[in-house]
Amino acid sequence: MENITPQLYALLVFMIVGSIVAIETRNLLSAVISVAAVGFALSVAFLFLGAPDIAITQLVVEVLVLIILIRGTILLDNTAVESHRDTLAVVTSLIFFGLLLGFGAMIFGGRGFPEFGEPLMRVSRVYVHTGLPATYCANIVSSVILDFRAYDTMGEATVLFTSILGALALLRKDGKRKEEEVVAA
Amino acid sequence: MTVYFMCIVLLTMGLYCLVAKKNIVKKILGIVIMDYAVNLYLIIIGYKTGGVAPIIEPNMPAATLERFVDPLTQALVLTSIVIGLGVLSLMVAMCIRLYEKHGTFDMSVISKLRG
Repeated sequence: MENITPQLYALLVFMIVGSIVAIETRNLLSAVISVAAVGFALSVAFLFLGAPDIAITQLVVEVLVLIILIRGTILLDNTAVESHRDTLAVVTSLIFFGLLLGFGAMIFGGRGFPEFGEPLMRVSRVYVHTGLPATYCANIVSSVILDFRAYDTMGEATVLFTSILGALALLRKDGKRKEEEVVAA
Repeated sequence: MTVYFMCIVLLTMGLYCLVAKKNIVKKILGIVIMDYAVNLYLIIIGYKTGGVAPIIEPNMPAATLERFVDPLTQALVLTSIVIGLGVLSLMVAMCIRLYEKHGTFDMSVISKLRG
């Protein structure tokens, strides 16, 4: 396959510009839709990076995120936000930006961290070579999710179930009354 | 290297949105952007130059196995994406409840109204 770096840079620049629009725009609905555009660009970037499973999942999840966020914002009378500029917060995030860039330079500049395009793959090599004979699954990602690391997937299902349960409990219109309250009423 | 730094820039923009904005929906959007940045970063770490997707095809030469990108990060990012969706739905549910109770999304107003 050819060199994908230019396409990756173009997608990353698009994502950064979309995030700036999403952060700085006044209208909440256009902010939500800008974030969705960033997510779709992320899905295309996953396709370029050789991850079709992730790209499909990201696409589906992105549509759901868009629906959930629009449900969260559309019921309002006033979707415009006044501009808030908190000097302390801006300074804090700038400090974090500097710290992250500094640590990133320390990590990526030093030895031991793999360059872009040269992953370590110390564990994954075993999965790639024994995936088909051990699990009879042609897709190595599926064999890792559902067989080699099935406990991780079970934990993921637990987290997903718990969060959806929490959301349902929060959005329930009429709560359950206690016994004595019912008797008193 | 520049790709990693652009991911960090995206992460920091999400952090700025999370810290500096007072609207709750904007804070949620900041968390979503940070989520995207972390997922993209992990996938980029696992990318191999000239790599192909880790799917075995019939009659494939054995040398192609060495060109596969890292399947482990992909599997974990798949988990992370779905968990992000669950957490987002929980956050939006809390946000809708807050709006029903206080009639505003402004964090500074809501913290004044407590009691």
